[in-house]
Amino acid sequence: MDAFLLQILNGLDKGSAYALIALGLTLIFGTLGVVNFAHGALFMIGAFCAVTLQRILNLSYETVDETQTDFLGNPLKVKTPYVESWFGPEAGAAIIDWSVPLAVLFAIPIMLAVGYVMERGLIKHFYKRPHADQILVTFGLAIVLQEVIKYFFGANPIQTPPPEALRGSLDIGVMFGFDPNAIIYPIWRLVYFAFSAVIIGGIFAFLQFTTFGMVVRAGMADRETVGLLGINIDRRFTIMFGIAAAVAGLAGVMYGPLNPPNYHMGMDFLVLSFVVVVVGGMGSLPGAVLAGFLLGILESFASTTWATTTIPGINQIIIYLVAIIVLLTRPRGLMGRKGVMEE
Amino acid sequence: MLGLNKKDTSLLIIVAILTLLAPFILNPFPAGSAMAQFNAGYPDLMQRFVIFGIFAIGFNILFGLTGYLSFGHAAFLGVGSYSAVWMFKLLSYNVIPAIALSVVVAGLFSLLIGYVSLRRSGIYFSILTLAFAQMSFALAYSVLSNPKFNLTNGETGLQVYADDPQILQGANSPDLPHLFGLPMRSTYTLEVGAWSFDFNAGYYLCAVIMMAVFYLAIRIFRSPFGMMLRAVKSNQQRMNYTGLNSKPYTLAAFVISGMYAGLAGGLMAAMDPLAGAERMQWTASGEVVLMTILGGTGTLIGPVLGAGFIKYFENIFSKINDNVLHGWFSFLPDGMEDAMVFIVHPFIGKGWHLTLGILFMLVVIFLPGGLVEGGQRLLNWVRGRRSGADDKTAGKTEPAE
Amino acid sequence: MGILEVKDVGKRFGGLQALSDVNLSVKENTVHAIIGPNGAGKSTLLNCLVGKLIPDSGSVMFDGQSVLGRAPFEINQMGISRVFQTPEIFGDLTVMENMLIPIFAKRDGAFRMHAYETVANEKGIVEQAEQMLEEMNMADKRHMHAAALSRGDKRRLEIGMCLSQQPRLLLLDEPTAGMARADTNNTIDLLKQINEERDITITIIEHDMHVVFSLANRITVLAQGTPLVEDDPQNIRGNPKVREAYLGESA
Repeated sequence: MDAFLLQILNGLDKGSAYALIALGLTLIFGTLGVVNFAHGALFMIGAFCAVTLQRILNLSYETVDETQTDFLGNPLKVKTPYVESWFGPEAGAAIIDWSVPLAVLFAIPIMLAVGYVMERGLIKHFYKRPHADQILVTFGLAIVLQEVIKYFFGANPIQTPPPEALRGSLDIGVMFGFDPNAIIYPIWRLVYFAFSAVIIGGIFAFLQFTTFGMVVRAGMADRETVGLLGINIDRRFTIMFGIAAAVAGLAGVMYGPLNPPNYHMGMDFLVLSFVVVVVGGMGSLPGAVLAGFLLGILESFASTTWATTTIPGINQIIIYLVAIIVLLTRPRGLMGRKGVMEE
Repeated sequence: MLGLNKKDTSLLIIVAILTLLAPFILNPFPAGSAMAQFNAGYPDLMQRFVIFGIFAIGFNILFGLTGYLSFGHAAFLGVGSYSAVWMFKLLSYNVIPAIALSVVVAGLFSLLIGYVSLRRSGIYFSILTLAFAQMSFALAYSVLSNPKFNLTNGETGLQVYADDPQILQGANSPDLPHLFGLPMRSTYTLEVGAWSFDFNAGYYLCAVIMMAVFYLAIRIFRSPFGMMLRAVKSNQQRMNYTGLNSKPYTLAAFVISGMYAGLAGGLMAAMDPLAGAERMQWTASGEVVLMTILGGTGTLIGPVLGAGFIKYFENIFSKINDNVLHGWFSFLPDGMEDAMVFIVHPFIGKGWHLTLGILFMLVVIFLPGGLVEGGQRLLNWVRGRRSGADDKTAGKTEPAE
Repeated sequence: MGILEVKDVGKRFGGLQALSDVNLSVKENTVHAIIGPNGAGKSTLLNCLVGKLIPDSGSVMFDGQSVLGRAPFEINQMGISRVFQTPEIFGDLTVMENMLIPIFAKRDGAFRMHAYETVANEKGIVEQAEQMLEEMNMADKRHMHAAALSRGDKRRLEIGMCLSQQPRLLLLDEPTAGMARADTNNTIDLLKQINEERDITITIIEHDMHVVFSLANRITVLAQGTPLVEDDPQNIRGNPKVREAYLGESA
């Protein structure tokens, strides 16, 4: 039982990432009717926002400490980050320590801007072009974004550690009445799950309870009719694209401590997120979230030693296998609506 | 000739001449000269030109004619390579059975994947093929490479070892891929003054095969079957109400293009007896999409042009480094020279993929018809200028295909 | 016994009973019009005849064979051709190719892998297509892309494509919707000619009463998913029930 629970928990962090990316993909697809192959790149850009902020905060100046010498006998050069000199050593160190959570604030405006520029500058011109063209141009964009990041940050993964206080693991099994040490779970994974849950909840609340969200939902259901009401749906959709970009970006920011960001992480997640969207049902937001977590958890079960010794490598293909089975038996996906993307 | 009309015959002849004379055409600069870096006439690169040409010709039969965008064709390429290497391991280094098996296995594999993927159309289809290809990649990379059942040899890649059976390998036959004793690697170098030209057995095998499959592609394009495939792209509804079942047509196109990919994969292994999983990755699938689009989707010659274009510039761009750049811009004042080098630097060497991505976007945005359309536009423009003075009816020409 | 026999057909979409107890008998070589106010279920009925929809109950027999459960392409192969409200043609192909495809389909069936022959060498089929284009007065447009045709020409092409298959029954869904008067009259003449000279049975769904009364020799009035009356045109004109059904619209 506890092993079972542990696997479910292990699936939550990947599941959260899948769900967040798939949610954004679905929003963009549902509102703009565009298949965005560059969505994974947005996730990656988010992660590199955290890297950038970490580097900015670590910008230092050098002073020479005459009282100490290095091993050659020269006076010791001491590097002091600017933030430490501005906010005092302790507050400054804390700011650096908390750079990943802080990057969330840093990333929101950046991701909104990236999303806005992308939609106005590129995607807008492809609304009326065939889906194949949309796929191709966003695929090209994904390559470009990925290569630009590689150019500036190199090909190797870059560590973005979580704050000191959120490192390590928690024996959460005890809280639920299991034996001690039965379920040990890294704190940051819990943080990531909670963070995703908040964002997902926020998006749904936003769509459900605001007028803006109502119009967007109506637009997803029937774009023409909403257009006839004299509502400027296009502008709202632009904002929606920005939001979807921000969601993907934030998912990336917080994912850094789980897996050091590299330039191709976006592509890796994108393919799986597409599969998630298809399994959940094209155009269904709850479907995307549900399928994201389901597949994440499934992947975690397939990664257990038992599974991988029975069928070696099953963890790497399980998601695709499930997707194929779902599509063959339920072509519309788990929660897909009739008429979405059918001939 | 050969059952083709005049225009297609001359196209085929031009392609034949270009491929057969490629060792000359691609080596226009003397070997030792500064411009020699732009030569492309060495065996390895020439082989890649025609092999990727085959891959793209096949892809175009699916995407160009039916409009179904597959993002998973690299899987068939990879399967072709694995099959060929297995033939080397089990039978002998003769390339004929290897290539034959790679086509057959890729055909069967694409029948399976196509049957499932074609249950959906549009972007669903693209995503499904993508998922299948990624699954095949994972299968090749890890699942099918374990001590109990090692089909792909995982990360190392599949290759021939000394203790492999090779039951048909004769005592005197070469210990590397050969065609009835003629090693694929054997190259005859012709020196003419400062120039040198390489004639490579492997290249000519690939070239002859490419001409054959190019001819087949022309036949398919001009056949009733090809017309039905274009009907699939144009209006499936009308097709179904005209008494035609679009599914088998699309599946047939999918399998044919899968077999072309398998052939390309088999030839790759025949040139270099090694098969790795990275050949199946979806970026590789993206590359063939790019070649087809860059050349001109749905045109006969486009994919070949696109493949040549990309492989050539990949090679050239990857070779250029900052020193070369400084050489180019040395005529500029110092500051300007450094600035130019700084600007160009991200796009060369390892930055080739960046250039490729930008190129991809530019073509899709501004030139959806690819190089072929670009050439036509240029031609029309030149004609228009030349005849514009005395002939005002120039605009009344028939719309370009 | 008619060539097309519809018996007790019903179709439900969620809470909406789109069709109920539809009975219809189309006699050979007639022009049978199905009319009715918006939402009467005309299009649903048509879709049930061609295999796009499968009715929940009842039967549809064409020439003694059931069409239910067959795909559209199979039903076409049985001898039913369909003309759409907005012309459905192969826009990316030339007019000539548009005409060739149905003739190939007639000869070769739903699928044939003739990948190595050349279209131009199929002399018999090319000849038939040429002839049909002549008859449709479109021979001079054979090299045009079909998408570039005028709307009237697209309609003619679509009808020509259907005729080239020598169907036994031609189904038309508001073929003159959105057409100018002159085009409408041309279409009426064309359909009359088709019916009289080629012995093709025609079933037409139409809104325009001018078209209906110029063409039809039998009319079924559909209202709220069920046939109100089936009669000859002169009797339909004076029928009070029909007037009532149409009152909301034509008044």
